[in-house]
Amino acid sequence: MALSRKQKRGAFIATGIAILGVAVGLVLFAMSDAIVFFYTPSEAAEKVEQGKRFRLGGLVAEGSVKRHPDGRIEFVVTDTIASMPVIYSGILPDLFREGQGVVAEGVLERDGLFKADSVLAKHDENYMPRDVADALKEKGVWQHNEPAASQ
Amino acid sequence: MIIEAGHFALVLALITAGYQSVVPLYGAHRGDARLMSVGRTAALAQLFFVGAAFLCLTYAFVVSDFTVKLVAANSHSAKPLLYKISGVWANHEGSMLLWILILALFGAAIAVTGRNLPLPLRARTLAVQGMIGVAFLAFILFTSNPFERLPSPPVNGNGINPLLQDPALAFHPPFLYAGYVGLSSVFSFAAAALIEGKVDAAWARWVRPWTLAAWMFLTLGIAMGSWWAYYELGWGGWWFWDPVENASLIPWLVATALLHSAIVVEKRDALKVWTILLSVLAFSMSLLGTFLVRSGVLTSVHAFAVDPERGVFILLILCFFIGGALTLFMLRAPQLRQGGLFAPISRESALVVNNLLLSSAAAAVLTGTLYPLALEVIGGAKISVGPPFFNLTFGPLMVPLLLLLPIGPMLAWKRADAWAAVQRLWVAAIIALIAGGIAFGLKSNGPLLAPLGIALGMWLIAGAIAEPLYRARFGEVPMAIAFRRLLGLPRSTFGTAIAHAGVGLVVLGIVGVSAWRQEQVLVMTPGQVVNVAGATITFGGVVPVKGPNWQDEQGRFQVVSGGREVAVLTPAKRTMQPSGQTTSEVGIHPFWTGDLYIAMGDGDRASGGRVVRIYYNPLVALIWLGALVMFIGGAVSLSDRRFRVGAPNRSATRKAGRQTAGARA
Repeated sequence: MALSRKQKRGAFIATGIAILGVAVGLVLFAMSDAIVFFYTPSEAAEKVEQGKRFRLGGLVAEGSVKRHPDGRIEFVVTDTIASMPVIYSGILPDLFREGQGVVAEGVLERDGLFKADSVLAKHDENYMPRDVADALKEKGVWQHNEPAASQ
Repeated sequence: MIIEAGHFALVLALITAGYQSVVPLYGAHRGDARLMSVGRTAALAQLFFVGAAFLCLTYAFVVSDFTVKLVAANSHSAKPLLYKISGVWANHEGSMLLWILILALFGAAIAVTGRNLPLPLRARTLAVQGMIGVAFLAFILFTSNPFERLPSPPVNGNGINPLLQDPALAFHPPFLYAGYVGLSSVFSFAAAALIEGKVDAAWARWVRPWTLAAWMFLTLGIAMGSWWAYYELGWGGWWFWDPVENASLIPWLVATALLHSAIVVEKRDALKVWTILLSVLAFSMSLLGTFLVRSGVLTSVHAFAVDPERGVFILLILCFFIGGALTLFMLRAPQLRQGGLFAPISRESALVVNNLLLSSAAAAVLTGTLYPLALEVIGGAKISVGPPFFNLTFGPLMVPLLLLLPIGPMLAWKRADAWAAVQRLWVAAIIALIAGGIAFGLKSNGPLLAPLGIALGMWLIAGAIAEPLYRARFGEVPMAIAFRRLLGLPRSTFGTAIAHAGVGLVVLGIVGVSAWRQEQVLVMTPGQVVNVAGATITFGGVVPVKGPNWQDEQGRFQVVSGGREVAVLTPAKRTMQPSGQTTSEVGIHPFWTGDLYIAMGDGDRASGGRVVRIYYNPLVALIWLGALVMFIGGAVSLSDRRFRVGAPNRSATRKAGRQTAGARA
C-alpha cells in the first residue's frame, strides 16, 4: 500500500463520490417509482390509470357507509363534484365519520372501485387532513369556518 | 400572581440571555478574564429564571388554574396528576418552554463542568448558547406566551388530546428535546472554535461527551415515540416514515456520524473541517425539525399550532443560526490545519466510510421529507412520499454500513490489514451464519432476505462482543491474564461494544417484524375462536369500563397458548370526557418470540360482532430493547474516566487512560 498522498486523496474522493452517487441514484429511482400522488375524486377521474397507486382524499358521503358481514367496509368519497366508491377491509380510524374528511390510499380497480389498503382520518376532532382541506377549498366547498386545528 | 411571576421570570431570562451572548464574547475578544467569566454566572442565572418560569406553569397545570388560557385549553381537573404535569408540554407554548428549559440546562451544565476548558473557548461557547436562548425566548414571549390569561375563565378545561394521555408520551418529549437541544451545545462549541480558528484534539475531547449525551437522549426519545406509535395508534407498526419521525431521525443520523468523526479528531487530529461541519449540521437539523414540527407545515399529532407568524419566526431563527454558522465556517475552515495522514485501509478510513454512509442516509431522508413540501410550494402536484421511498433509499445505504460495522473497530489507526481484521472476526462470522441457517430452517416459507437479515443482526452482536475480547487477547494469552486485561480496558471500549450490540438487536427486531409478521382482520362475534401464531384467541364480548376521565368499551379476548390461559387482552374503544373524543387502546401480550397484538374496531349493532385486527409481531420488542441497549452503551462510555470532567488529577488520569486505550488501538 505505498500510495502517494495524492493517490490517497484520490482514493477517498473516489469512494466519497461513489457512495454519494449511489445515494443520489437511489433517491432518483425511488422518486420515479415510490411516490404516491394525491387526488380528489374529480381529479382522479381525469388523471388516474387503473392499477396505479394513489391517495384519494375528500369527504365521506353522508349515508354511504356500508359494512359487509365479512368485515369489509364500503363508502363513497366525494368532493361534491365527483365521487368515487371505496372498499376497505380493516379497522377504520377512530375519527372516521360520515360527512368528514378522509384520505384513502390504494389502487383503482377495473370496475371503478377504489380498493384501499389504508384509510387515514385525523388526529383530533377538528382536524381535517390538510390535503383534503386544501383541495376542498380550491373546489369552493369548504364549509368549516377555519380549521380550528387546535390551540 | 404566580402566573405573572412566571411571565416576568421569562422576561428576565431573555435579558440575562442577551447579556450572556454579548459580554463574554466581547471579553474573549479583548482577552479580559473578568468579562469572560461573566458567562458562567449568566448561564446559571438564565437557568434559574427559565426554571422558575417552568415551575410556575407547572403549578398552574397542577392546581388547574383555568384563568390561564393554556391550562383551560389543554387540561381538565379530572385528569390524573401525571398527565396534568405532562400536559405542561403537551401543547405548543409549553413544549417550547420545555425546549428553552433544556437549552438553559445544557448552558448551565457547560458553565459548571467546563472548569477545565480554556476560558476564551468557554466564554465563546456560552455566548453562542446565550444567542440561541435569546432567539427562542423572544420567540416564546412574542408569539407563544404560555402565561396568557383568559378574561372570563371557564369552569373546567378542554382536556388533553386523548392520544397524548399516555405514560410513554408523557416522557417522550423531555427525552427527545434533551437530544435535540443537547446538540445545541455541540453547535456552540463548533461556533466558538470557528471564532477562535482553532480545532485540536482537546476540542474534540470536550465535544465528544456532549455529543454522546445528546445522542443518548435522542436515541431514547425516538424509541419512546416509536413505542408509543406502536401501541397507541393501533396500526401494529413501529415506524411510519412520517415527516415528524423523520425530523427526529435526521439529527440522529448526523449526530451518530459526528460521534464517530469526533473520535478521529481526538485520536488522530484529522477530519477537523468535516467534524466542525457535522457539529453545525446536527443542530441545524434539530432546528429544521423544530421548524417542521412547530410551524404547522406538516399536519400531525405534533402540529399543535397552525399559526403562520410562528412559522416565519422559527424560519428566521433557522436562517440566522444555520446561515451564520455556515458563513463562519466558510471564512474559517480553510485556516484549520489538517493533521494525521492515514492509509485507505485504516480505522480512520472506516470511520470516513461510516460518515459518508450515515450522512448520505440523512440526506436521503431529508430529501424525501422536504420534497413533497417543496413541490407543493412551487405549485406542483400533491404527492406523498411514504415507506416505499425510504425503504428503497435508506435500506441500501444502511446495509453496507452495518456489514462493515464490526470490522471498523478491529482496524488499526493509520494503516491496517483488512484481511487480518476479518480473520479476527471469524467466530462472529460463523455465529452469524449459523443463526441465519437456523432462521432459514425454522421459517423457510418467509422471504429469503430474512435469514440474511438475522445473520446480519447476529454478525453485529457477535462482532461487538468480539472487539473487547480481542483487545484483551483472549485466545492468545492465558485465560486469567486475558480476563484481567479485559477488566482493565477503558470503559469507552465497553460502551462502544454495548452500543454496537444494541444496533444488532434493533436489526434483529426490524427483520423479525418485517419478514414474519402475521396479520388477520376479521369480524368476531362473542364466543368466536381464532388461531393466530399458535395461540387460541376467544372473543368474550365487550364490557363497559370507567376511568377517571374516560369511558371504555372494552373487549375481552382470552388467549390460550400451550394448553393454558396466558392472558386476557382488553383492547378498547375509549371515549374521553368531557371532550367526547374517541381513541383506541390495543391489547398486547408479549410472548418470548414476539407480541400478540389485538386492536378492536367498531361493532355491527345487529350481530354484536366487532372488527378485530390481530397481529403477531415476532421479535418486535428487540427494536426498543436495542435502543435501550444503545442508550446504556452511551452511558457506559460517558462514564469513562477520560470524559469525567473536573476529575482530580486530570492530566495524569487522562494520560493513563490514553495509554491503555492506545495499547492496542
